[in-house]
Amino acid sequence: MLIPLLKLIGILAGLAIVVGVVVGLVLLVIALVNMAWVTVMQWRDLVSFDRWTEVLVTIGRSKLRTALTTISVAWGIFVLVFLLGLGNGLDNGMRHEFARDATNGVWVQANKTSVAHDGYDVGRRITFDNRDFDRAQKIAGIDHISGQYFIRGNRYGGMMTKRGGKANSFEIDAVHPDAIYLATHTIVAGRFLTASDIMQRRKSVVVGQPVVQFLFGPGEDPIGEWIEVAGVPFQIVGVFTDPGGAEQERKMYIPVTTAQLAFNGADRLGMLEFTVGDAGPAETQLIIDQVVGQLAERHQFDSTDRQAVRVHNNVEQFQRFKMMFWMISIFVMVIGFGTLAAGVVGVSNIMMIAVKERTKEIGVRKALGATPRSIVFMIIQEAVFLTGISGLLGLSAGVLALEITNWLATTDFIRDPSIDLRVGVGAALFLVAAGALAGFFPARSAAKVNPIHALRDQ
Amino acid sequence: MLRLSKVNKYYRVGTHSLHVLRDIDVEVADGEFVAIMGASGSGKSTLLNILGILDEYDSGEYWLGDTLIRSLSESRAAHYRNRFIGFVFQSFNLLPFKTALENVALPLYYQGVTRRKRNQIAGQYLERVGLRDWADHLPSEMSGGQKQRVAIARALIGKPRLILADEPTGALDSETSKQIMDLLSEIHQTGITVLVVTHDSEVAARTQRTIRLRDGKVMTAHELAVSASHPGMAAAT
Repeated sequence: MLIPLLKLIGILAGLAIVVGVVVGLVLLVIALVNMAWVTVMQWRDLVSFDRWTEVLVTIGRSKLRTALTTISVAWGIFVLVFLLGLGNGLDNGMRHEFARDATNGVWVQANKTSVAHDGYDVGRRITFDNRDFDRAQKIAGIDHISGQYFIRGNRYGGMMTKRGGKANSFEIDAVHPDAIYLATHTIVAGRFLTASDIMQRRKSVVVGQPVVQFLFGPGEDPIGEWIEVAGVPFQIVGVFTDPGGAEQERKMYIPVTTAQLAFNGADRLGMLEFTVGDAGPAETQLIIDQVVGQLAERHQFDSTDRQAVRVHNNVEQFQRFKMMFWMISIFVMVIGFGTLAAGVVGVSNIMMIAVKERTKEIGVRKALGATPRSIVFMIIQEAVFLTGISGLLGLSAGVLALEITNWLATTDFIRDPSIDLRVGVGAALFLVAAGALAGFFPARSAAKVNPIHALRDQ
Repeated sequence: MLRLSKVNKYYRVGTHSLHVLRDIDVEVADGEFVAIMGASGSGKSTLLNILGILDEYDSGEYWLGDTLIRSLSESRAAHYRNRFIGFVFQSFNLLPFKTALENVALPLYYQGVTRRKRNQIAGQYLERVGLRDWADHLPSEMSGGQKQRVAIARALIGKPRLILADEPTGALDSETSKQIMDLLSEIHQTGITVLVVTHDSEVAARTQRTIRLRDGKVMTAHELAVSASHPGMAAAT
């Protein structure tokens, strides 16, 4: 109920943005064409020191007004940049959170039933086995799949691991080779588990970087070395790192078949985990239904019993987060551009007042031979200059504020808040166009100043 | 120099139409020094605006040199004002935030002359009106007479063929007025056509010829004779 509503709001907001962008683009093109034309006609003026002196002198004449204009536009740009950057930070934070595991991963863990089924009472513990893994492997849409056997005692604090005189506890996962696709580790030395490790029940172990750092001295090559895990010797075949950081790296992987043999597991499995390629939320749900359906059939539990197996679906979670962040970024855009638009309208207003105040001056200039075009250009140039300078101020302040936020932020929710170069350049171009637009109407009314009225004696 | 024939001008005030200039025929030869006189409301300011290409007229013809001045684009009008006409106003109309030198140089800015050259030429013209030492002063630091000299230098800098002065002495005391009129006479002697709008007969007396306006019409020699012999009647009409 909530999701379709959110979608509707999203679509409406999207439409509004599209319309706004199109209108904005058209105005921008008009302004730019106009600017380009004027520039071509008066290219000399644009680079002319004289022209800039004129602009600077006029702007310097009304310091309070200039200051107020500057602040209004700078504030708009500041808010836009800061909010966009913060939005990016939130987005980065979310992606980082998900980076510890595959975003298209699904975990199905055996648990206790909560619904009576087929004559069985509630509260019965479900356990998977190797045949469940074999059957699930054949389901279409699953591209990587692994089973996991939970070694007793491992869940709390890990297993005692020794080498030479050093000993420590590390979590140990007994899995199939495809588990690496779910954990999204990067192998930095050697290899991950392979099919032959599984087949031959080899005592291979793949360890995280911190494990190596703890058990080995600097410069020692861990590959091929033997370590003791819960009293059983294992040979290190690979070392991995994880983008999720050290917390995700303080663990080891051994073949699930070896673990079943060595740690009294028979053919039991505690969890099935798989990735679904680039399936959407709906397709993913279908795949999950098939997996759970097969399990329910073999282990006699109600397939609608949400307690019998616990499903963790990253596809749906990720989608939900993406949606949320998309809405946040739209919200930010609307607020930012709104504030900016208010600033631009403010500039336009202030220029309008300035033109009114300068009626006499403009009249004199016209009597002395100023063409309407040169008057228009003078006012637009002032507006572009004002918005440009204040935009630059706001941009710098926004970037600075983001840097400070990055420095102060200790939470995982915000990571590396920043705006990319394209947004910065885009904002700068937008400002120039907005300045031209802000100057356009006042400039037109300035060009219409009638010298006779302007020069009439006070 | 300039010729007006059957020029008419109307102002629309609400639903009424005010006929301010009626069939004006005026001819001014090259290098003439002419005064335009008339009571307020006689249409002399309107005439000056038309002569200065600041305003349009409704019918007739206005020739400035060999050019017919009629329904020009604003840019064309600006160009002619810049090249052919120098303005001198009663209230000087100097830009208050620019120095005397910059004010004088302004018309050259709109001719695209470089800043250096502009300021150099402006210096020469300030010298000519005797204000070389005041080049860096703002108008607010100058007396009325000095301001008007700056304005005259500004009117001359574009090398115009015609100087239009609208009550140039209206805001000045009689001694200063005399000096300004001396300056305008000097300018006239260099061959430039000078037109002065005034209601001061002493000012008009310094010119070669006076054109009198009454009720939007140029007064004929006969009308002038009548009003001269019956001054009371002229005042009444």
